[in-house]
Amino acid sequence: MIVAQQKPIKDIAQMINDCKKVLFVGCAGCVTVCLAGGEKETAVLASAMRIKRILENNPLEAITYTCTRQCDPEYIASLDNQVKDVDAIVSLACGVGVQYLAERFKDKWVVPALDTKFIGGSTVHGVWEEKCGLCGECILHRTGGICPIIRCSKSILNGPCGGSQYGKCEVNKDIDCAWQLIYDRMKALGKLDKLMEIQPPKDWSKSRDGGPRKAIREDVMIDE
Amino acid sequence: MPEFEPKIVAFCCRYCAYTAADLAGSMRLQYSPNIRVVEMPCSGTIEHGVLLNTFEKGVDGVYIAGCNLGDCHFLKGNVRAIKRVAAVKKILDEIGLGGDRLEFFHVPASEGTKFAKVANEMTERIRQLGPSPLNKSAAGNAQKEGGQTA
Ligand code: SF4
Ligand code: SF4
Repeated sequence: MIVAQQKPIKDIAQMINDCKKVLFVGCAGCVTVCLAGGEKETAVLASAMRIKRILENNPLEAITYTCTRQCDPEYIASLDNQVKDVDAIVSLACGVGVQYLAERFKDKWVVPALDTKFIGGSTVHGVWEEKCGLCGECILHRTGGICPIIRCSKSILNGPCGGSQYGKCEVNKDIDCAWQLIYDRMKALGKLDKLMEIQPPKDWSKSRDGGPRKAIREDVMIDE
Repeated sequence: MPEFEPKIVAFCCRYCAYTAADLAGSMRLQYSPNIRVVEMPCSGTIEHGVLLNTFEKGVDGVYIAGCNLGDCHFLKGNVRAIKRVAAVKKILDEIGLGGDRLEFFHVPASEGTKFAKVANEMTERIRQLGPSPLNKSAAGNAQKEGGQTA
């Protein structure tokens, strides 16, 4: 999932300081699962903003709505009626959702309530970790299911580096050395020979290089 | 001008604080009539949004009363409530209402006297803090609106 975290309340407040009526839009996708921008978090933020503004003698009318997803046009269409008389829209989605709202509601001030951090998953309740660097050409089959691109601090393809110490990364002793994990797992699987194959430099043209990427499935496209 | 009578909502776990309230009544203990008790199945069912909404409605103070650590009927509900209260206190500080208006107390079922003490303590604290800026009837009138005396 995409993992995001709420911005400080004062920063969000600043963005809508001169607005009288604001729509807070949550997203029932990834940000609900990482407890940053679901229905509950949206209600809490709207409530906090209302209280803050009353205390500042600048009352705010804050309404809320949570979309099934903000990253699909059909799910934000249901906001068309609600945005009419608002001065701003605060999106509690990842950066994708914010952009979808800004694109659909061209005459509205659309602002982000979250900082979009990474894609990853939860380790225990309340803790999320980055697991994939969106490199565009997955090599997990060569590395025992452990991603060296994002979990190795140097994104080394033929690791470990000389800084690997007692299973920890030299960058920080709280970080497991990804290449130690890869080695241990490949050993347990009896596949150490695969690690002996030297990986050529990665083809980064599949990644961010060359501007924003697109994924197309012609077979599911609907002809107009 | 009459002395400010705070309105305080006390979310009480049925397995401890709510039972302690009954006990306080049976013991004929006198405690602050300013609190409104809301029975909860467990203090751990409290949510950030409910706490903020309660303040939005204009109450002057809120507290959650749960079991002693290790005594929760659902094992860890009280631990979770304590963490949520801490998080909402932080929000209240950030937005300027002040985290002191919210508190968590341990009130075991067997301690009617502690229930009364906590009610009095919180009333005194909120009286010192003064009315919430969100309380539209600032000179709150607890007695008239049915605040109970055990
Ligand atoms: S190899 Fe690339 S696609 Fe696969 S998990 Fe790592 S960053 Fe993600
Ligand atoms: S110590 Fe391990 S994780 Fe850290 S940079 Fe070197 S190979 Fe990567």
